[in-house]
Amino acid sequence: MRRFVLQLVFVLALPALLVAVWWFASDGSTNVFWPPLRTILKTFPDVWTAERLRADVLPSIWRLAAGYALAAVAGVAVGTVIGSYRRVRAVCEPVLEFLRAVPPPVLVPVIMLFAGIGDTMKVTVIASGCVWPILLNTVEGVRAVDPVMLETARSYGVTGPSRLRHLVLPAASPQIFAGLRQALSIGIILMVISEMFAASNGIGFTIVQFQRSFAVPDMWTGILVLGLLGFLLSVVFQLVERRVLAWYHGLRASTRRSP
Amino acid sequence: MRLQNAALGAAGLAAFLALGEAVPRLGLVREEYFPPTSRIASAFADELSDGAFWTALGDTLTGWALGLAIAVSAGIVIGVVVSVVPYLREATASTIEFLRPIPSVALIPLAVLLYGSELRSVLLLVVYASFWQVLIQTLYGVQDVDPVAEETARSYGLGTWARIRHVLWPTALPYVMTGVRLAAAVALILAITGELVIGAPGLGARIAVAQNSQAVPEMYALIVVTGILGLLINVGARTVERRALAWHQSVRGEVAV
Repeated sequence: MRRFVLQLVFVLALPALLVAVWWFASDGSTNVFWPPLRTILKTFPDVWTAERLRADVLPSIWRLAAGYALAAVAGVAVGTVIGSYRRVRAVCEPVLEFLRAVPPPVLVPVIMLFAGIGDTMKVTVIASGCVWPILLNTVEGVRAVDPVMLETARSYGVTGPSRLRHLVLPAASPQIFAGLRQALSIGIILMVISEMFAASNGIGFTIVQFQRSFAVPDMWTGILVLGLLGFLLSVVFQLVERRVLAWYHGLRASTRRSP
Repeated sequence: MRLQNAALGAAGLAAFLALGEAVPRLGLVREEYFPPTSRIASAFADELSDGAFWTALGDTLTGWALGLAIAVSAGIVIGVVVSVVPYLREATASTIEFLRPIPSVALIPLAVLLYGSELRSVLLLVVYASFWQVLIQTLYGVQDVDPVAEETARSYGLGTWARIRHVLWPTALPYVMTGVRLAAAVALILAITGELVIGAPGLGARIAVAQNSQAVPEMYALIVVTGILGLLINVGARTVERRALAWHQSVRGEVAV
């Protein structure tokens, strides 16, 4: 019981302190750009009503989910192929390294040329930015599959899809998840950027709208919403990762205990 | 083996460029949207002979380097302090976990209001985004210190400063270097994004101008420049990493973040 309380104090003390500092430091603020926290929190329920959640937050999340899913499927599929064949890898590597090095947000103007300014553009932008970390991590993961296990599988006649499903993908999954995690933050960035460029709804669009009309407290609530969204997504990701990679974390913990 | 790989890689690159030339020429996509490689190349050459391009490149690199330097020093100092002072790490864990996933682009509207399209707007984004990479890696690195080495140093009477210098820092350095490498890439992304969206002077702003004036080949040429810049930064960061860790037998496995 005492330990639990202590832990709770550790978790909550600093955030409470920071919020308190923000609250009191901004309380008498007359600076237009730094409104009192009191005002921001009061504006919050007025701005983010159920109607706005439906009209702006849902489309954003939908685009992010669609783009991210596309990137995950394409990245893992292509990455597995490239990772499995040494020659293919040697041919593709320089081009892939270059494509990855291009900062993803500069793709927004390019993809706007092709796909206009609708949802297709946003989903494509998100997918084309997220795909690189997933793809390159999959290549690394597939490449690093234990050769002894590969030989064993071969001698037992495990080939084709079942080899992929039971050996290669599980062995590469810790690396794949590292790529998926990097892609998640890129995805959120691209979601916001593509909405800031050209959109008629979405969180990024709304925040820029507030900023242009100098509705500063409303803009601050938008920043808070984006922060909460980023935080929630990373929590969800952690939960999924812990589930899927439970065997891996268990294995690592047990090897650490008995060296 | 290495030579063969390099040859295959060069072949892949050549095929990629040839494909870029052939696809629009054959009319598979419209040339206004996707100009052939040769036209992008000539636009690239034009850019290189344009003084304004070099100014923009300089602006982007200034924002990148300054932001990265601030983020790296802050990340290392705060990371070491947080891990050395008792209880501080536990007390800050929840806050760090909360602040880290906040997308830095959420700060764009604030940066615009506060600083307009100045360098400081870009710096705000760059520093916020790359700070976490360094901080998290530093925290992981310090945690990796061998307790026996730490106890030994303590029992020989080394003070806090000497322990940080001789025990903690060498252990943490490989992790810190990984953090710096990740931060260097992130800083470039955010510097160019900031210029693109806010309009602060730099390559990003030039891309936005090229897009608005329908100068499609120039736009592609500038995007290629940003890609090459990213590539150089990656290679540079890896070289620095290897130099700094020359004493270290195997560069340690990265902690996945």
